[in-house]
Amino acid sequence: MRLAALLLLALVLAAPAAASERHPTLGELEGEVMCPTCKTTLDQSSAPIANRIRQFITTRIAAGDTKSQIKQKLVAQFGPAILAEPSRHGFNLLAWVLPFVAIGLGAAALAWLVWRWSRRREAAPAAAGEAPVDPEIERRLDDELARFDA
Amino acid sequence: MTLKHGLQAVTVAVVAGLLALLIWKVVHQDNGVKLGGGRTPPAPQFALSRLDAPGKLELASLRGKVVVLNFWASWCVPCKSEAPRLEAAWQHYRDKGVVVVGVDAQDFSGDAKHFVSKYKLTYPNVHDGPGNVLPKYGVTGFPETYFVDRRGRLVGDRVAGEISAAKLTAGIQQALKS
Repeated sequence: MRLAALLLLALVLAAPAAASERHPTLGELEGEVMCPTCKTTLDQSSAPIANRIRQFITTRIAAGDTKSQIKQKLVAQFGPAILAEPSRHGFNLLAWVLPFVAIGLGAAALAWLVWRWSRRREAAPAAAGEAPVDPEIERRLDDELARFDA
Repeated sequence: MTLKHGLQAVTVAVVAGLLALLIWKVVHQDNGVKLGGGRTPPAPQFALSRLDAPGKLELASLRGKVVVLNFWASWCVPCKSEAPRLEAAWQHYRDKGVVVVGVDAQDFSGDAKHFVSKYKLTYPNVHDGPGNVLPKYGVTGFPETYFVDRRGRLVGDRVAGEISAAKLTAGIQQALKS
């Protein structure tokens, strides 16, 4: 039952991604492609080359190209820096992996700190209970109790 | 050394490493060649695909000639106005050992070929889609023109924006005399 639910969830999540790959929109690609002269994404730019790239994307969408095909054609013209996201190959893979490594290391450090902190809190009352009472205080307490009894 | 001290040392090392990386990046940033004030630095080399013919053109292969290096793009309006002027200079000076080289950058190669055809440019033009050569020269916009002497050194000042016939002639004459 759980497996079926997981499969259904995977399908629900994968369907829009597949549709976006097969039938991309200009709006989507504008956020994923850079303007080469202004170093912002296309949706942030009205530079002449940004307008020309928009026109190119519109033409390629009308011709039935997938998102990957359009991106490949742009990379062939302008190089990999035309894509807002780094590729998932070679050295660029580090940009994808390092954030997760950093999150993992941070979580491990936090867990260790919490574990240490909770151990100290447990040890503190035990230590307080075992602490020897000052003989002077003990003597005064005995005197007070004796006076009270009398 | 306790675990706490070890963690502190690692944190300091990571921060110092990132700082060193930032400093290295700033120091080694390519701001292009420095021109003016009589400076004649070597022209940064390139080998780029030709727009008007098959194969590549290497700047080094033009050693012994004066080169007028013009950076342009088909979507740049002043580039359209100056193109006939560059063609005229090429026609006038080509027998005197001067070659005009157009470097089309940050542009679709199809648009650039159309531009070359439309303006009937017969001087060699190359394509640098990603614009990798631009930072080497310190090109900040289009068009921009540089003059290279026979020994492969940049002479005079860069001309940013549309080049006038007078500046084009003056630049060529200075490079020929250099």
